Amino acid sequence: MEILALFGDFTVRTVAIGAALVGAVAGVLGSFALLRQQSLLGDTLSHAALPGICLGFLIAGSRRLEPILAGALVTGAAAALLVLLLTRTTRIKSDAALGVSLSLFFAFGTVLLTYVQRHAGAAQAGLDAFLFGQAAALVPRDLVVLAVVGGGSLLVVALGWKELKITTFDADFARSLGRPVVLIEFLLTVLIALAVVIGLQLVGVILMVALVIAPAAAARQWARRLEGMVVLAAVFGATSGVVGALVSASIRGLSTGPVIVLVASAIVVASLLLAPERGALWQLAHAFAQRRSLRAHRVLVDLYRLAQDHDDLDYASEQGMLDTYFGRRTGHVLRRLERRGLVSRAHHMPEEGTHWVLTVDGRQQARELIRPFGERDTTLDGATQ
Amino acid sequence: MAGRALGMGGGMEPALMGDGRAAGSNGSHEPAFALHVEDLTATYSGDAVLWDVDLNVPPGVLAAIVGPNGAGKSTLLKCVIGAMRPAAGHVYVFGHPYRRQRHRVAYVPQRTSVDWDFPTTALDVVTMGLYGRLGWFRAPRRGESDEALQALALVGMDAYAERQISQLSGGQQQRVFLARALVQDADLYLMDEPFAGVDATTERAIVDLLKDLRARGKTVVAVHHDLQTVATYFDWLALLNVRLIAQGPVTEVYTPEHLRAAYGPRVVLLGVGGHAPES
Repeated sequence: MEILALFGDFTVRTVAIGAALVGAVAGVLGSFALLRQQSLLGDTLSHAALPGICLGFLIAGSRRLEPILAGALVTGAAAALLVLLLTRTTRIKSDAALGVSLSLFFAFGTVLLTYVQRHAGAAQAGLDAFLFGQAAALVPRDLVVLAVVGGGSLLVVALGWKELKITTFDADFARSLGRPVVLIEFLLTVLIALAVVIGLQLVGVILMVALVIAPAAAARQWARRLEGMVVLAAVFGATSGVVGALVSASIRGLSTGPVIVLVASAIVVASLLLAPERGALWQLAHAFAQRRSLRAHRVLVDLYRLAQDHDDLDYASEQGMLDTYFGRRTGHVLRRLERRGLVSRAHHMPEEGTHWVLTVDGRQQARELIRPFGERDTTLDGATQ
Repeated sequence: MAGRALGMGGGMEPALMGDGRAAGSNGSHEPAFALHVEDLTATYSGDAVLWDVDLNVPPGVLAAIVGPNGAGKSTLLKCVIGAMRPAAGHVYVFGHPYRRQRHRVAYVPQRTSVDWDFPTTALDVVTMGLYGRLGWFRAPRRGESDEALQALALVGMDAYAERQISQLSGGQQQRVFLARALVQDADLYLMDEPFAGVDATTERAIVDLLKDLRARGKTVVAVHHDLQTVATYFDWLALLNVRLIAQGPVTEVYTPEHLRAAYGPRVVLLGVGGHAPES
């Protein structure tokens, strides 16, 4: 209730719109980063943005968003270039190169940040909000910048959809069609960098990578096609942004970034558990159902074998005997088979336990189960005991 | 090995004979070679993986490129399609540089070179074969998806059109890749290890498909590593081990001397010109 009432507040609405935009763009480009296994590149890009933020501020002499974002983009790109240089010219592997580049640029950024705060006057102290993000710092003018950069990125993705998709899935094949794969990959890296950069003010350099990866990772669980994954990631990202921004706006002193990231992480956890086919619970349920049907099959086959052993297709097996034969209780399995019309109860002496006999359908199904193994396969006999 | 191996000249001789015959019998306005590679040299971080390779594949043959691991077989195909820049040499497809002949070539990468967990369907992958024709900004439509479906039917995979590619078996994935090449309706098919890790059903399906392509006058150049089957599946052979050892009709190239030159003296040959498994 209280949170919904916040929408009436002008400042809060500005923040919510900004966060939705940032989340959506991060979700879309994060999908590509994730599928290209470049998630950590996002981390390096965002940490390496810190020195650029400070430099942008120093050069422009004000806290306007454009020079700050431009600075962030430049040092982010420099860090990405350093990674490329390290992996190409040395024996350092890409994960180590990303780590080296990230820490180098982030350390440099931290030094610059302390310098700016000490020497450039008190009004500039707000710069450290870029570490964890600050919703309140977002003004309507900033929204225009975010919308232009973010909207532009999405437009490029929409226009180049086929090329981005084919390059991400099968770069060699894209090359064989004559597509400039290096250029497309470069473009994609720039777009990912832009998605990171526009989120820095809200989410902060330290956690921005989460907003790039989390919505995409969650969407991957549900989607069957790239189209669906990207749209869903955008929705997840926007939702995380809005909810996180509203929560942090409603509680004094709460940094925006961590709250947004917590919301996004909650969506990831839910997706990992619940998504059909890929979700952990679904897989558990699937395994359970499989085990159940396997048990039913084994009971059917056992009944059939017992009937064969007695040279009597209508031979009724006593449930207690089946339990022993099977090594565990079979009552629930038999009742389920009865509901499916594969077995039926046979009447014996009242003091004896229930007896079961295969129906015509049950006999048919048992034969089908046995057939691939040969009519009297001894290994199957062994396996069923 | 070099001491015992045939030199370049020795290896080239049957090739020239084979070429001459193929080109002569073809007798069309087409250039003599579907694929013509000249002095191709390629390196990975300074080491030569292909050295001065000359390859001439006549049109209308099923050609296998065979050689030990690291012989540069895949690299050769990548140089042809421009996925890798050679250090030296030229590639001509039907008499022209590849750049001008892209629409006549379909490339099938190694199945393991892509992430099959990518969120997409079999039909979608096959539709990618039409991207070349569609150009940059046009989206595939109904007609394109019908074509893709037909190509899937040709490899017996139409029932799996809407299946996630991650849920397909290795053989099914390979057939999806082949369907993507079929939909390109090319004249030259370049396939990197089409038989690697597939089940027997798929292997038979691929063989039938190759023969069908040949019957329609298409040319296939496939990287292959199974010496047992090369003579039965293919009719033209290039033996490669960084250098080109020999090329020409299988019956002429598939000999103990050539195989020893490619694989080293330890290769054991069973029968004459028959089976030749590696020891």
